[in-house]
Amino acid sequence: MNNTVISVKGLTKRFGDFTAVNCISFDVKRGEIFGFLGANGAGKTTAMRMLCGLSYPTSGSGTVVGFDVTREGEKIKRHIGYMSQRFSLYNDLTVWENIRLFAGIYGLSKAETIERANEILARLDITSERDTLVGSLPLGWKQKLSFAVATIHRPELVFLDEPTGGVDPITRRQFWEMIYEAADNGTSIFVTTHYMDEAEYCSRVSIMVDGEVRAIDTPTRLKEQFAAESMDEVFRILARGAKRGD
Amino acid sequence: MKQKFSSFIKKESLHILRDVRTMMIVLLIPVVLMILFGFAISTEVNNLNVAIVASNHSESVRQVADKLSANPYFSFLGYIDNSDIDIKLRKGEVDAIIVFDKDYDRLLSQRSQGVDTPPAIQFIFDASNTNIAQTGAAYLQNVISSDLTHQEMLNLHLLYNPQMKSAYNFVPGIMGLIFILICAMMTSVSIVREKEVGTLEVLLVSPVRPIKIILAKMVPYFLISCINLATILLIARYLLDVPMSGGMGGIITISIIYLILSLMLGLLISTIASSQVIALLVSAMVMMLPMMMLSGMVFPIENLPTVLKPLPYIVPARWYIEAIRKLMIMGLPFSAVLKEVGILIFMTFAFMGIALKNFKNRLE
Repeated sequence: MNNTVISVKGLTKRFGDFTAVNCISFDVKRGEIFGFLGANGAGKTTAMRMLCGLSYPTSGSGTVVGFDVTREGEKIKRHIGYMSQRFSLYNDLTVWENIRLFAGIYGLSKAETIERANEILARLDITSERDTLVGSLPLGWKQKLSFAVATIHRPELVFLDEPTGGVDPITRRQFWEMIYEAADNGTSIFVTTHYMDEAEYCSRVSIMVDGEVRAIDTPTRLKEQFAAESMDEVFRILARGAKRGD
Repeated sequence: MKQKFSSFIKKESLHILRDVRTMMIVLLIPVVLMILFGFAISTEVNNLNVAIVASNHSESVRQVADKLSANPYFSFLGYIDNSDIDIKLRKGEVDAIIVFDKDYDRLLSQRSQGVDTPPAIQFIFDASNTNIAQTGAAYLQNVISSDLTHQEMLNLHLLYNPQMKSAYNFVPGIMGLIFILICAMMTSVSIVREKEVGTLEVLLVSPVRPIKIILAKMVPYFLISCINLATILLIARYLLDVPMSGGMGGIITISIIYLILSLMLGLLISTIASSQVIALLVSAMVMMLPMMMLSGMVFPIENLPTVLKPLPYIVPARWYIEAIRKLMIMGLPFSAVLKEVGILIFMTFAFMGIALKNFKNRLE
């Protein structure tokens, strides 16, 4: 089996005169936690949308979970999980109804749905909350449930778009434990974040500035390369040269 | 694939069912409006207070007074003095006064012999409310002139709505309005809500085709509107006695076309609006108000200034209301509304085309 889940070469997206993403190339390996960093406006979201099959690249090529990003967007969608910064479950539906909905979306059978749902409820220890409206759950639980639902179809690769935005440090910690667990089970994680301490948890990170990938390596080696104490410092050194963003 | 679609419909229905208050409002609005317009609000003039001024209460004057007493549209307050006319009107105690000439009996008999005579009866009306005055004067004239049978020159014959019931006018109008309200407004708000909360993004990344997400949103609102259609038709038929002589089949068919059109309009609004508030405003201000003004529901289209005359042609409600009037009130067969049906179908496809194109562009 192929050991690379994402492989892109010269991926570019232009909107008129504006080049949002300029010729980025990188690989993500199976089971890796890949941190995708960059300031606001650096082109992270656009790049991620192309990888998810939501938007077509202007030029360049690449594959995600073995499918072509320009031609097989629909197939990519079926084999990835996605969780966004903004809360992605329905607050006016119960825990069980949310699970059932996403199981249905990803085409799980009835038996599979029940099996997977019970598994999620047991793992998150919320079996007693099965019929509670998601809106009334504490944020930490919602976050975990959201991740569990995003991976309900056991995708090879999960995209997390700033998953811990606005969450307290303890909850973030617990959330990262979940991410590690998933990675240990062979799921690759592609995560964007604003928190530089989280970048330290990643197996590898890339830093985008002005639509280009300026650095890509393990956090340890990046710190050595830029003679920095922390990822925060690395990021600041790179972001200093940015022409756009906030 | 089928399972995906049904789990979406389940989800949308749950959203609606969970929001009990909104659902009650949506189901009750038609009932309330129908009852309100059907019974409470009406352009008919009832209980008009009338007094008579006559120097001698002869047989013929008393005949008129008896007629007024017996008529449900008037309440006869009795005879008053010539000098009281002004005070009574000012105090608002009477709406109309009938003044008989002191030679009324003589003039009446002369006229019956074919002699040309000056008018013998005068109506004095409180015209501060022009509607009441106009309609009331017409009624009163009818009552009095039917008494003077020999002079009857004019024969008024009101077709389709001989009793001039205002319910006949409002029922088609309410139908035109309710479906736009529920289908267009509710669908657009519910799509925009998902955009706002961020869940739409998650759905778009999922393998479900966007068109199915949209279709699933429409199904529950379509069903709710069908329930409303049934309620409206039942109230109209059995409570307001609207004839529906054109046949139920035709009315239901054209209503369903109009429902689908409204859903497409909702989708179109949702592709333009970026927040729920905007979606609401667009549906309320941009759609509803002109629809009420230009559909012929409240104001006759014929009264519009020439510049605005072409506008009603592009208002879907106008065609729908016109067709429903023909089927419900005039009792014409379905073949009489083919033009309206054609226009509505054309508009449905036009809205659908623009909406889907917009929707696709937005995704990119």
